[in-house]
Amino acid sequence: MTPVFAKPGRQLAAASVLLMLLAGCGRDGQPAPPAAPVSAASAAASASSSTRQAKAAPKAIAFTPPPDSAIPDDDFGKQVELGRKIFLEPDKYAAAWVGNHLSCENCHLDAGRLANAAPMWGAWPMYPAYRSKNRHVNTFAERLQGCFRFSMNGKAPPAGDPVLVALESYAYWLSQGAPVGKALPGRGYPKLPRPAQAPDYARGETVFKRDCALCHGADGQGQRVAGRTVFPPLWGPGSFNWGAGMHQVNNAAGFIKANMPLGRGDTLSDQDAWDVAYFMDAHERPQDPRYEGSVQATRAKYHDTPQSLYGTVVNGTLLGQGTGTAR
Amino acid sequence: MKAAPWIAGLAGLLLAGAASAGTPDGATIARQGNGRGVAPCAACHNADGGGQPAAGFPRLAGLPSAYLLKQLDDFAHGTRRNATMQPVAAGLSQDERAALAAYYSKLPVPAMSTTPVTDPRQEALGERLATRGRWSHGLPGCGQCHGPGGVGVGGHFPPLAGQSAVYIANQLHAWQKGMRRNDPLQLMQAVAGKLDEADIAAVSAWYAAQPVAGGQQP
Repeated sequence: MTPVFAKPGRQLAAASVLLMLLAGCGRDGQPAPPAAPVSAASAAASASSSTRQAKAAPKAIAFTPPPDSAIPDDDFGKQVELGRKIFLEPDKYAAAWVGNHLSCENCHLDAGRLANAAPMWGAWPMYPAYRSKNRHVNTFAERLQGCFRFSMNGKAPPAGDPVLVALESYAYWLSQGAPVGKALPGRGYPKLPRPAQAPDYARGETVFKRDCALCHGADGQGQRVAGRTVFPPLWGPGSFNWGAGMHQVNNAAGFIKANMPLGRGDTLSDQDAWDVAYFMDAHERPQDPRYEGSVQATRAKYHDTPQSLYGTVVNGTLLGQGTGTAR
Repeated sequence: MKAAPWIAGLAGLLLAGAASAGTPDGATIARQGNGRGVAPCAACHNADGGGQPAAGFPRLAGLPSAYLLKQLDDFAHGTRRNATMQPVAAGLSQDERAALAAYYSKLPVPAMSTTPVTDPRQEALGERLATRGRWSHGLPGCGQCHGPGGVGVGGHFPPLAGQSAVYIANQLHAWQKGMRRNDPLQLMQAVAGKLDEADIAAVSAWYAAQPVAGGQQP
């Protein structure tokens, strides 16, 4: 632990310590120090109005995936490394299958390693699994196909495609030592308690302008530099489509609460996270590829949940009409 | 609108007249100071705006105008503290600050020598922090905001490439000590608080070693 955490008055120290706990404390791959500063973590939990932190603060230290330097130097390791590259730059290494310039890492932080940012080690050991999204048992490969089709607004690589083989290898390798079938603390995004006030567009817009527009732009379209997406577009033709998990307000709220603004996760209030998630998800984005001929029919079949704004009217506009695509 | 060219011409003349009468000229202030006690910027930042790497005087040429203006304003208001720059910025009028920010943002990036990192372990640490961060400690990679290779992103995330190791390390220390607290959303204070001395040395050296295309138009 670096001494700066002990500095008085550093506002972020408590939150940082909590994040360290969730993420497993060690620097990449090194074992976490056993004497975890539990008092600091409970201070963070009580200092925050959120009850989630108190509930979610794991008793056991979250799983720590192996460091990149441990990728084996053999044929298997080559697939792991390729998977890591695809994960970071899918528009470069899996260009045939993506329809935008997002990166897996935009939602799965630290190349799929970070707790509470839907880490691969929290997902891989939980498949095959029944998913209500498509009402059958999905293999991990099918789950990956969903990412391409929805989050990447592209096409699903067929089973056995080299892109899937590499990504499966990477996720499997990151999960070395994780128990199969056990939901580890830090998997997925945190489930926030229901907000005191129903999520609200106008309040969300205020949060967006205050805490998000700096990076994602006042228009939410992100920023690209030197051919790379630095800050991803949050809606519009270059963003994930209406079929992606992030279009559901609860998923987005959990992600935002734990991870945004980048490097300052767990600083927004739960209410702010809900409101700004609602604001983001109340914008138009590319059509759900499962479109059933009408917005109403598509909502009835795939979006029949209060967490989806697809097919609802917000500020006088029917959402779910879709946009063009970015590429 | 047949009259349009004539009106535009007249407007141009009026604007040119206004410029010569009162609008400050960034180039002149940079070379000669403002005539009211503010020294020429070029004395420290060099005639080409490339700065003086060894002394830790930063490159200004090609930096975003909005960023430069904010820094001058913040020096004047004390949210960025520096014994040399605070009186300079306070001695400039708001118009002069704006003129200087615009002037330097349009200067081509000078050809600069880079300093290779000699210790491979330090280089690896610097590259890791710059490109990947240390998320086990909640630390993003520098490039996740400052762009690939530290080229800079928009008006809020200045380029790190083409700045010296001395300058970058000084700033990281300033964020840590609260001498600099003019960062939007406290992003840099949060980041700097997670770095130790070895980290600062490594990441500063890594960016100082990154190539900058000389003569590049911003």
